[in-house]
Amino acid sequence: MSERLDVRKTYKLVINGAFVRSESGRSYEVRNAAGEFWANVAQGSRKDVRDAVKAARAAQAGWWTATAYNRGQVLFRLAEMAEARREELSQHVAAAEGVGGADAHASVARGIDRIVWYAGWTDKVAQVLGGANPVAGPFFNFSLPVPSGVVGVLAPQDSSFEGFVDTVLAPLAVGNAVVVATSETRPTPGLLLGEMSATSDFPAGVLNVISGLTRELAPTLASHEDVDGLDLEGAGDDHDELAAAAAASIKRVRRAGAGDYAASSTSRLRSFVETSTVWHTIGR
Amino acid sequence: MSTYLRVVSDADVGVRLADPARPPSIASETQLRSVLASLAGVDAVGAEARAAKLATRSIKTASKRPALDTIISMIDLTTLEGADTPERVASMCDKARRPDPHDPSTPSVAAVCVYPDLVAGAKSRLVGSSVAVAAVATAFPSGRASLAVKLLDVADAVAAGADEIDMVIDRGAFLSGRLGQVFDEIVSVKSACGTAHLKVILETGELVTYDNVRRASWLAMLAGADFIKTSTGKVSVAATAPVALVMLEAVRDFAESTGRLVGVKVAGGIRSAKDAIRYLVIVNETAGSAWMRPELFRFGASSLLNDVLMQRLRQTRGVYVRPEEFSAD
Repeated sequence: MSERLDVRKTYKLVINGAFVRSESGRSYEVRNAAGEFWANVAQGSRKDVRDAVKAARAAQAGWWTATAYNRGQVLFRLAEMAEARREELSQHVAAAEGVGGADAHASVARGIDRIVWYAGWTDKVAQVLGGANPVAGPFFNFSLPVPSGVVGVLAPQDSSFEGFVDTVLAPLAVGNAVVVATSETRPTPGLLLGEMSATSDFPAGVLNVISGLTRELAPTLASHEDVDGLDLEGAGDDHDELAAAAAASIKRVRRAGAGDYAASSTSRLRSFVETSTVWHTIGR
Repeated sequence: MSTYLRVVSDADVGVRLADPARPPSIASETQLRSVLASLAGVDAVGAEARAAKLATRSIKTASKRPALDTIISMIDLTTLEGADTPERVASMCDKARRPDPHDPSTPSVAAVCVYPDLVAGAKSRLVGSSVAVAAVATAFPSGRASLAVKLLDVADAVAAGADEIDMVIDRGAFLSGRLGQVFDEIVSVKSACGTAHLKVILETGELVTYDNVRRASWLAMLAGADFIKTSTGKVSVAATAPVALVMLEAVRDFAESTGRLVGVKVAGGIRSAKDAIRYLVIVNETAGSAWMRPELFRFGASSLLNDVLMQRLRQTRGVYVRPEEFSAD
């Protein structure tokens, strides 16, 4: 009997709920931290970004008007899916980041806990970020946090899972749709999470994951006028240029931080919300 | 033979009447039947393969810009909803006249297409522009009314100032073989149109086969149609590339045998600039460059215009733009 051949996987993009090879048909080789071949990954193009933004725009209103409770359930379901595939995620994190098995496991565990943490936030942001404002008149005056809309995320280049989770889940939790460009050299954990979103009741288009060369994807995402927010965590050297491109269409921009994704800070959660204030007469 | 004709080699021409030098003047239903029966059948697989092959042509950047402008100039900007109001039509007319307020160099569309009762308002709103007003008539979209009612419908639209009439054929009569009735209706409507151009909607989605599309195209052209049009946009199968290909072959062959150039309008389901560019390729490669103008080729569409304008603006600005740059109507 002949030896069994490996079934090798090419990692595909997630756009509008479908797993697609890049519109360009390109793929690139991803190497592990030791420099050995690790996987073939679809290399997204600017047209993939365009398609993803279109899908995200179409999906965002439905995602936001779903109840906060429902959004929490969907995010929690993502954590359930990730939990079942912890081993696989850990292998990818270990290969990508060059850390030992125990460290990779711990990192994945923290990332999954972070998903649960954001799932819990979905129906609590309104209370924390919103409120009733005292006004000098016979009116109720409420401030409500509403999502920015479509958020482009340049996921961290280094932290392939924890960082990816934090930058992506925060805008999702408050009702944004997300188009994320993964780490260029460590894309597989993010792509796996994208795969898991397909079995987590995410409406198509709410989470779109594109792998590829950051210098190709980032400028398109930054300049696209139908993107409302941009997280520059993984922008690298082009950081300021991208921020300037984003400013041309008045995007909300979050600049790269210190990279501590484990800290339970709500700062990212606050990054892509707007405040909507409502006046209402007090009746008798 | 007309001087408009491009040189067509024998290999180019799929269909010929018995004697191309003498265009048939149809005197009886029997004669009509024999003319239509003399048309060769359509190679369905071949037509689909040809249309798919032409769709792979890549029209980019420098050549895309003129293609986009050509598409705009060929659009019949259409609203055919029960909820249409005179105000909505007025706003559409303004958009037809100047599709992109950012850029005055954007061409106007060819026409607006509305229901007959909205023609007068559209006409007055478009005074001084090159945009024509087209009205759908003859009991659109089903065509299920008596001839007298259909003719009144047409006369009404023409009296209100319509420059173009989009009529529907009686598909029931065509499918049950009453070809003479369909022919006579088109002839009567054509004479009721007066100077207005007549577009004949075949509703190809209901004709089922490509052979029927080819026969119906010839029937309409023999009866005097100025344009043949694919669809009403009201049935699920609207314009498709192979159907457009078959109709363009028909107008090409009709021109070859009679010297009269008949236009083609594709309508229904064309929403993206990419699709529209594919149709342009089919037009150029099938009927020839003579058809690459609004007098002989039209797109019936509503949302197509915004997509074309977005692509155009993207070329100008160099970044992807938001759909809200352009009004929905």
